[in-house]
Amino acid sequence: MLLIRCPYCEEERPEIEFRHAGEAHVARPTDIASISDEEFETFFFIRANTRGTVYERWRHVHGCARFFNAVRDSMSDRFIMTYKAGDPKPKKLPGV
Amino acid sequence: MAKAAAKTVQEAAGVERRPALGGQDMSAGGVKVAVLPPANRVSLRARQEAVASLSRALGVALPQKPKTSAAKGGRTVFWLGPDEWFVLDEQGGDALADCGKAKGLHSAVDVSHRHVAFAVSGPGAEATIAAGCPRDLSLAAFAVGDCSRTVFGKAEILLYRVSEQEFRVECWRSFSDYVFGLLAEGARDAAA
Repeated sequence: MLLIRCPYCEEERPEIEFRHAGEAHVARPTDIASISDEEFETFFFIRANTRGTVYERWRHVHGCARFFNAVRDSMSDRFIMTYKAGDPKPKKLPGV
Repeated sequence: MAKAAAKTVQEAAGVERRPALGGQDMSAGGVKVAVLPPANRVSLRARQEAVASLSRALGVALPQKPKTSAAKGGRTVFWLGPDEWFVLDEQGGDALADCGKAKGLHSAVDVSHRHVAFAVSGPGAEATIAAGCPRDLSLAAFAVGDCSRTVFGKAEILLYRVSEQEFRVECWRSFSDYVFGLLAEGARDAAA
């Protein structure tokens, strides 16, 4: 079982307390009513699906219930780091 | 007509409370699993600005550190999240009414009947919980007074370490049969 560090509980917790919640840092258009169908499709459906380092939203659903962001390697499933929701994308990753 | 009305009133007066699994317990080897009596519970959400006034109103300082709890006069407050607490009153106090006296903006919901609580005690208590809970329950990682929402088998529970060898397990009422069954299995395994 993976151990995932929750930035709110400030410790590592077993993976089954968590739930994956999609790609992180997807900016919602400020005026969603005015965008074209193609722009809406890009925002709503199209995801990077990167091979390697990915930025994801996770939720500590069976713990503090908070959403947070995680940087993960999509090939090895290794968690590189986690940080609170709302924090900017980290510029420098530990050990990368 | 009047007679029928009188009968209804009489029936209403005879309403009896039957808690889920009321009074059941089991023991195996060094572990005892007991269903605890009903208690007063409140789910509390508040921002930082309201913490001081809620602490005053409840008579217990809301814990600020993750995984910790605070107790005073039969009332225990558990930290569940950065803006979420769980208030437990076992001495008949009305925690919801006390929250209402706080000036700070908050949301308090009475969830007394949502939960069923179990006491798991004895030298094998840690092993019993570990039967369904993936957390590190050693004293170094989960000390006396620590509390946390976590999982037990397929159910979500609120786990609280009362003492070195006693845990309080709170689960939703509809999961209580399952949780009691799995605790009993765990207790038997821990005793073996």
